[in-house]
Amino acid sequence: MTVEVVIFVLMGLTALGGAITVVMARNPVYSGLGLLGTMLSLAVIYVSQLAHFVAAIQVIVYAGAVMTLFLFVIMMIGVDVAEDTAENLPRQRLVVGVLAAAVVGFAVYLGVSQGFDWVPAASGEPVAEATNGTVQAIGERLFSTWVLAFEATALLLTVAAAGAIALAYFRRRRAVRE
Amino acid sequence: MDGIDVLIAALRVVGVFALVLLATIINVWAERKIVADFQNRLGPMRAGPYGILQTLADAFKLMFKEAVIPRNVERLVYHAAPFLAVVPALLIAMNIPWGRPFTIGEREILLQGADLNVGLLFILACSSMAVYAVVLAGWSSGSKYPLLGGIRGTAQAISYEAAMGLALVSVVMFSATYPGAEGGTLSLAEIVERQAGTWGGIVPRWNIIPLIPAFVIFFIAAIAETNRAPFDLVEAEQELTGGYFTEYSGIRWAMFFLAEYINIFSMSALTATLFLGGWNGPTWDGVLPAWISAILPTVWLFLKTYVLVFIFFWIRATLPRFRYDQLMQLGWKRLIPGAVLWLILSTVVIGFRQFGAPWS
Repeated sequence: MTVEVVIFVLMGLTALGGAITVVMARNPVYSGLGLLGTMLSLAVIYVSQLAHFVAAIQVIVYAGAVMTLFLFVIMMIGVDVAEDTAENLPRQRLVVGVLAAAVVGFAVYLGVSQGFDWVPAASGEPVAEATNGTVQAIGERLFSTWVLAFEATALLLTVAAAGAIALAYFRRRRAVRE
Repeated sequence: MDGIDVLIAALRVVGVFALVLLATIINVWAERKIVADFQNRLGPMRAGPYGILQTLADAFKLMFKEAVIPRNVERLVYHAAPFLAVVPALLIAMNIPWGRPFTIGEREILLQGADLNVGLLFILACSSMAVYAVVLAGWSSGSKYPLLGGIRGTAQAISYEAAMGLALVSVVMFSATYPGAEGGTLSLAEIVERQAGTWGGIVPRWNIIPLIPAFVIFFIAAIAETNRAPFDLVEAEQELTGGYFTEYSGIRWAMFFLAEYINIFSMSALTATLFLGGWNGPTWDGVLPAWISAILPTVWLFLKTYVLVFIFFWIRATLPRFRYDQLMQLGWKRLIPGAVLWLILSTVVIGFRQFGAPWS
């Protein structure tokens, strides 16, 4: 057993525990904390895969910014509000159960059948460990091979931000006028 | 990686831990003395010469005090929050290079908890984790003043983190202009090494000289991130009776203060590392005995750090607290646009100097 396997099992269990907390917790703040735990354990798994940059970004963006906003909203609304337990989607539990069973069944099938290659053998030259996942290595790929996808994503995010501002701003102005 | 390497790594971590705690003891006393001088008082005088043992006495008192726990708290989160405050503060201190690496035999020993390739991002991640302590302490106390403090803390942290990150980009880009460097770097050890030397033999090659707007923005954001006056709306005594830690007492209350003082110290050291050349300074290698030359870089870093720590206390003693809307206006309407403008300007200039004019 390598250290990597131990870390993977521990962090995988923590991530699963966090995910279960998200859906099972009665208090929404604990759901948020469960999600935070899942995100942090994923970051640790990234580190064990030498993807330090991705791990840092995972913590800054998801755990640092997104979850803080979630918790902020939960607290602003107040957690004492009695929750409406009526389900909007009829029979959603049944559908989700069937889907989950299908996914688990597929995973079990893959595990039992011998034809599945768990970790595909690397093709071509292996990347040197020291350059693997560093900021420099990721930056080089991002701004050469994947520059179109990178720029398109940047544009998409800018449009989304501008759209969010436009929606909130114009709705408020109309409300003030009426 | 054999036994001795593990031992050295453990010693480095414990060393930084001890250093930070020792600095906190001194900083608490220093703040009380400095603020007392500003206000024409004496400050602590009884415990030890000039009251220097006052912090120790206070710490022992807090340890033995009864911890009163209100009935309405969410127990799990309430007990965890003080630790969530201390851990990110310590992790930031772990990443700062506290002195020049030296060699004993064949081993190079870094005076740093760890030199990460993504050091700067790691520090940003830790400082964004620190806000959870404020939020969760405020919420789990089950009382209205802490909750208000927690909500203020979240909004403030999100607003000033953006300005802080934007100000840091120009530091990373500028590190690419060091002669012989291939591209910028996020590693703090390398950022310090790339501030070695001088311009024209006189002016030290510190980042603050070309990047002074970034320094100003970063330092303001650092004060806001550590929730210090004039940005201490999170704990505003007059409005919120202490804010998020109102319902804490005894050693748990002390841990929030420990985290705050560690943050002041490590943020000052970080600013010194990024903008004031870190441990760079004259060491007179060969002239002085080797051990003095090995210690001098650490002394320089401490001098620079304590200048900034003094500015922290100076600002606290001088400026009144911001109003909440003023805080938000400063963050979103001044600092972030300023940081973006500076980012564009410095990108153009650095790009021009690195690659020449675009039409050439």
